[in-house]
Amino acid sequence: MNRPTPESFVVRPRVDHEGTELEGDMLEVSMGPQHPSTHGVFRMDVVLDGETVVKLKPVFGYLHRNHEKIAEGTSYLGSMPYTDRLDYFCSLTNNWAYALAVERLAGLQVPERAEYIRVITAELTRLQNHVGLCGFLLQDMGALGTPLMWAFRQREKVLDLFESLTGARMMCNYMRFGGCRCDLPAGWLEQARTVVADFPAFLREFETLLSGNEILMARTQGVGRLSPELAVAGSVTGPMLRASGVDYDVRKVDRYGIYDRFEFRVPLGDHGDVYDRYMIRVLEMHESLAILRQALKGIPGGPVIDPKAKLRGFRPKPGESYGRIEGPKGELGFYLVSDGGPNPYRYRIRPPSFINLTLLEDMCLGRSIADAVIILGSVDIVLGEVDR
Amino acid sequence: MASLDQIFVALKDWLVAFVPVALQPLAGALLSIVAIMAVFPGIFALTTVVERKLLARFQNRPGPNRVGIPLTKIRLAGFGQFAADGIKSLTKEDIVPRNADRIVHFVAPFVLVAPAFLSLSVVPVGRNMAALDFRETGLLFFFAVGAATELSVFMAGWSSRNKYSLLGAMRGIAQMLSYELPLILSSLVVVMMAGTLSLATIAERQSGVQWGVVHSWHVFTPWGFAGFLIFLTAACAESNRTPFDLPEAESELVAGYFTEYSGFKFALFFLGEYLGMFAISGVAITLFLGGWNAPFTFLDWVPSWMWFFGKLVGFILFFIWLRATLPRLRVDQLMDLAWKFMLPMSLVNLVVAGVWHLAASWPHLLRWPLCVAILALPYWLLSRGFQTRFKTRTYRFAEESRPAPATAAAGP
Amino acid sequence: MIGIGIAKGLVQTARNLLGTYTDKDRLPTIEYPEERQALTEATRQFPFLVHDGDDPAKGLRCVACQICEKECPPKCIYIVKSRDKRVDYKGQMQFYPATFDIDYSVCMSCQICVEVCPFESIKMDTEFEFSTADRFRGLLFDKHRLAKSDAHYHRIHPTDAAESDAVMAAERAKAEAKAKADAEAKAKAAAAKLAPTPAASPEAQMEAPKPGSDTPTMPM
Repeated sequence: MNRPTPESFVVRPRVDHEGTELEGDMLEVSMGPQHPSTHGVFRMDVVLDGETVVKLKPVFGYLHRNHEKIAEGTSYLGSMPYTDRLDYFCSLTNNWAYALAVERLAGLQVPERAEYIRVITAELTRLQNHVGLCGFLLQDMGALGTPLMWAFRQREKVLDLFESLTGARMMCNYMRFGGCRCDLPAGWLEQARTVVADFPAFLREFETLLSGNEILMARTQGVGRLSPELAVAGSVTGPMLRASGVDYDVRKVDRYGIYDRFEFRVPLGDHGDVYDRYMIRVLEMHESLAILRQALKGIPGGPVIDPKAKLRGFRPKPGESYGRIEGPKGELGFYLVSDGGPNPYRYRIRPPSFINLTLLEDMCLGRSIADAVIILGSVDIVLGEVDR
Repeated sequence: MASLDQIFVALKDWLVAFVPVALQPLAGALLSIVAIMAVFPGIFALTTVVERKLLARFQNRPGPNRVGIPLTKIRLAGFGQFAADGIKSLTKEDIVPRNADRIVHFVAPFVLVAPAFLSLSVVPVGRNMAALDFRETGLLFFFAVGAATELSVFMAGWSSRNKYSLLGAMRGIAQMLSYELPLILSSLVVVMMAGTLSLATIAERQSGVQWGVVHSWHVFTPWGFAGFLIFLTAACAESNRTPFDLPEAESELVAGYFTEYSGFKFALFFLGEYLGMFAISGVAITLFLGGWNAPFTFLDWVPSWMWFFGKLVGFILFFIWLRATLPRLRVDQLMDLAWKFMLPMSLVNLVVAGVWHLAASWPHLLRWPLCVAILALPYWLLSRGFQTRFKTRTYRFAEESRPAPATAAAGP
Repeated sequence: MIGIGIAKGLVQTARNLLGTYTDKDRLPTIEYPEERQALTEATRQFPFLVHDGDDPAKGLRCVACQICEKECPPKCIYIVKSRDKRVDYKGQMQFYPATFDIDYSVCMSCQICVEVCPFESIKMDTEFEFSTADRFRGLLFDKHRLAKSDAHYHRIHPTDAAESDAVMAAERAKAEAKAKADAEAKAKAAAAKLAPTPAASPEAQMEAPKPGSDTPTMPM
């Protein structure tokens, strides 16, 4: 819609209606890396005309940890805890994507119970990510923490579940090649059912506070529009793509794991603006709850890990594989090449937040600096994943 | 009870009587200054703690509850916090950017605090308790002095040589100038009806009785109510409170115009903002909420200054509540609201006040609906204009091979 | 009309504010140093070494096989193998760690050392209050600080501890059975050999330390 033409990237001196050049400078502001709302150590080089963004250059790499190269020197298992730290909000989905890639490489079969556990943990991860994001977005909009704290109050309950299952709240390191590390502890399913049953009441409260709020609507509607064509061209994925109205959800497209057994819908937006991105996430939380209800009802007994899987001396046969899942932020993929050794020969991640971030300038041009902040918030980035 | 009502006035008279007659006016002024400089910063100190605790409660946290009396286990529910904050801000390093205009940078916080104190001096905090009672110019003085705030904001933003500060200052100037207009226009209604600019007299005029037991506060009239709402919104914007805290928008401009201030100067900005908020709340109380008058005649025995400070606390709590709830507007929306909504509404309100005055002899049943209709129609029209820009949306779901509901209503 | 959404939001926050005074769920803060959250059984913080019996120096289960050192993703474990051997819990002669250091400042609590350990000797502790002024020495834990008793392990992770006891009991039984079978075989062999050459006993003694010797003997 407001697809920038190449010349719009050039900062030109302004002219008045008679064509004479006006005095006055553009203001170049370096927002970040220690700016309060860049979601970590992210920097935007913004050129402002008054308060209007004329040029915006995202600068990242402050949190680069050489993850991919380290993984090429570490055993397959040793990279698993590092994947937790990619998108530290959603360690379990990261685990799953990596485990999926290795399982395809090594030809391991995941037992049914483990598949159910994976779906449950992944959807819980999606819930806590989206609810956290909605809070952060409102924080960027200046709502002084109330929505954020409410979101965190609810997120804590999901994290409690993670802790009693995996031993850690955020760095779960739970999935293993061919299943999961351990079985559910006693009473965990009941605890999860309670959390899932309580969630809709919280969402109602959250939406009463926010979704109908005139200030929120005025701030977000029509802001940061992303056309479906541009979104596809920029290979944007996840809620951001669906907010632009493109029906693409890896859970439906790939039907990895056992997602074909569950009934859920994919909400789509028509405008592709910040409000749509916010609402799509709220609606996705409702769908995640639907999946969780089905999965918590139908979970079977049995082993949680493929008996063929081994921890030590794991050497998949030479070959390559790509495992992708619908992470909370978009399509998260791991590409692995094995030369038969204990380490992957090549290890490459397709990080959704990084790729979604590439269109930041296109969304921000011509908007004010206040919009740029919430557009960045609506992209939903985690710098651990952007910089790797 | 009358003695308790006038206890501070009597105390002042008693103290002043010790001084030679020639010096008595000076001594009286000094006493008033001391009183203002003790009471309002005291309220400020308490407000910082109460605000933090209440905001925390709104956010499901307990808030500050640790700092009490040092070296003991007494915690005072966290109300020692302001002392700790004060000591901290006094002992912190005072950082001035190398390229800053040192003199302007130094002066700016004082330019904010001094007018705030001055504007507090015209607010009648109780019967016969206004430090400065200008018979002809009370309200004018308040607005004139209050306008110095803009100067301070711009001094701070300009002298800091920081881009965020500059942006914040620009926003601050634009916002405060735009909201000065509805603020003055909405208070003009009261001046029209009361026929005076003296705040003490305006407060006194509202001590009449209507409907049997209710004091005739201005807010109990259509023009008063509308004027009050406009004044309240504009007051929010004038004192840079959420949802109009754009000049210091934390998530956008780090801290806006006082980004480059630290230590005690930062604390002074903080103090100045809160004093400004108290002053403007005090004026709102005086203009619309009956000043130091009780709401009901049977509560008249409570001292007048208690009513004033009670109402002030109510205002503070309301501002905290707003701050805990609302997101921030954008600059252009802020301007739209000021110029395209509040300004027309306050002009309409002037007309309503005139109609109310002309229809003074009409029965209430006729006078009220007429005035409400004159107000409601433009309100409806204007808010329709705003609502074309945003609406609640419904969302569709992706079609599937399996039969599923094609569209479903969602959202609020 | 404009303002309704804002009013609804205000009502919602006010309800929440009042709710914090009545509903425990709305004020979930745990005031840390005085109150503590009950840790779940799965909680993991940093690894420690399990020892049997009362003497940590003697009872360490670790046999310095160095698998955890190799598998540790951030490489925070440093082991030096002993030169001599001693009897382990299976009753076999094994090496023991002369040095076993874990740098807690590097450790990322991933639990992989626990998973790969074949000797049930390294486990995750739930202790996390290690703040220290000495950034390097203060967080470099040697084997004396790492060693904690089996009883401690049973207290913090009862289910896991019972499982690892079962594993160890099974292995011990296996080892005993094997030793018994070996002894019987030897006895038989000795009995068979007894007639021609009565020199079986020194051979049997030399045989004894063999089970441990398939791991490399040189400390890294």
